[in-house]
Amino acid sequence: MAFSTTLTVNGVRRTIQLDDPRVTLLDLLRERLELTGTKKGCDRGQCGACTVIVDGRRINSCLALAVSHDGAEVLTIEGVAHGDRLHPVQEAFIAHDGLQCGFCTPGQIMSAIGLIQEGEAGDDPERIREGMSGNLCRCGAYQGITEAVLDAQKALDNGSQRKVA
Amino acid sequence: MNTFDYVRPATLQEAIAAASGPGAAYLAAGTNLLDLMKGGITRPSRLVDISRLPDLDRIDDVADGGVRIGALVRNAELARDRDFTGRFPAVAEALLSGASAQLRNAATVGGNLLQRTRCAYFYDVATACNKRDPGSGCDARGGDNRLHAILGWSESCIATHPSDFCVPLVALDAVVEIEGKAGRREIPLEKFHRLPGDAPERENMLEPGEIIVALRLPGEAAHFAAHARYVKVRERTSYAFAVVSAAAALRVEGDRIADARVALGGVAAKPWRAREAEVILAGARVDSALFHRAAKAALADAKPSGDNAFKIELTRRIVVRALSLAAAGTPEHVPALPASPFATVSGDVIHA
Repeated sequence: MAFSTTLTVNGVRRTIQLDDPRVTLLDLLRERLELTGTKKGCDRGQCGACTVIVDGRRINSCLALAVSHDGAEVLTIEGVAHGDRLHPVQEAFIAHDGLQCGFCTPGQIMSAIGLIQEGEAGDDPERIREGMSGNLCRCGAYQGITEAVLDAQKALDNGSQRKVA
Repeated sequence: MNTFDYVRPATLQEAIAAASGPGAAYLAAGTNLLDLMKGGITRPSRLVDISRLPDLDRIDDVADGGVRIGALVRNAELARDRDFTGRFPAVAEALLSGASAQLRNAATVGGNLLQRTRCAYFYDVATACNKRDPGSGCDARGGDNRLHAILGWSESCIATHPSDFCVPLVALDAVVEIEGKAGRREIPLEKFHRLPGDAPERENMLEPGEIIVALRLPGEAAHFAAHARYVKVRERTSYAFAVVSAAAALRVEGDRIADARVALGGVAAKPWRAREAEVILAGARVDSALFHRAAKAALADAKPSGDNAFKIELTRRIVVRALSLAAAGTPEHVPALPASPFATVSGDVIHA
């Protein structure tokens, strides 16, 4: 049985014929749409590497069935920069060394964009660490990640004309 | 993952009809179900996707001053609802202490009640587990069981229920609204989950095809808003299940406790209401010795199911801590680390 699923991914409407209902949103992005920026870490909702923003909310794409998200708007790491101009969260991760090997970084950045949109962490590093606790970094770049999120939030608050995502 | 039929019914009645046959499972967000399916622990032959059913995603006020929460309301949505958190702060604190932001954004309140135990043997299909495979035995008995149950367990199963959300809910007399082929019925949350006995595979009162449509908190539950806390011990600072937890809600008049609610998490196959503690607290003067007596009563029937005798003393201390924090008053904002035992309390009552 085939399932026709339509998603708007990074602003582009895509209709995909799924031959199998088991396909997760993560596998659809990576294997069918070749958007491999979103990473598969644990594939069980524990590491956060697969974080994307669906209908305005950050979620684990490994625990979402693609067929169940028919009609959704999805934002992935490929969709956050404007051409050569990086998103303020991307810039802050570079400025603060918020990464080492880089594998968890797309998930970290998508999660940080979601956290800033949620608007509940303010400038409290403890709240930022708590809000980012669903994203593991085995290189241990947490210090830089927290600083990057604080800084990006400040940059976005300080009248940057660019919309967050 | 096994293959399955996928259906997305348009109405509640169609969903119930589609899920009434053997092997069917409801799919909401899937944050627990897909994990279980990936591990081969659950193998439904049909998924009935209820995520778009109408009217199940609402939070409505009820005439008695309580609230009705649709089964498809997301955990994060409920925890961000200012009116809700103002009236039921311990429930919000418990929600925010659970899982990660990504999971809370997806997971539904109905699904939270139905999540399965995190017993490592339940998850490992190479081991014996009476819950996963009835009659196969229990490898947790005599295995690595320091985090297992201390109340209500049986020889056939020593697993615990993992929910944080359910702990303050059961303390505050939440009611589960259920719909099935025979119509609508409701069950107090306290009676919704079953203890394992000799049938640990039956975890709750739902009959085949029945679906949770809403949770209700009575208006009386809001009377505890000024003194209501949830405290949760974890093996890391954040994003971990409870080793043990406690919800405490007090109605304080002058220096006396007019009424009290206490429940425990991480100790049994269900969220555990500690009525023995409530009886001791009701009408008594607020003091540290009282909280110790209440905590002792709450754990009077506890016994280790393995290498977990420490959990009995730990739970007593967490009950004292939750009561002390509740007596000190609900903070204006949920703390940066919700439900963390590392937060400080003013006064000496904390040094329990």
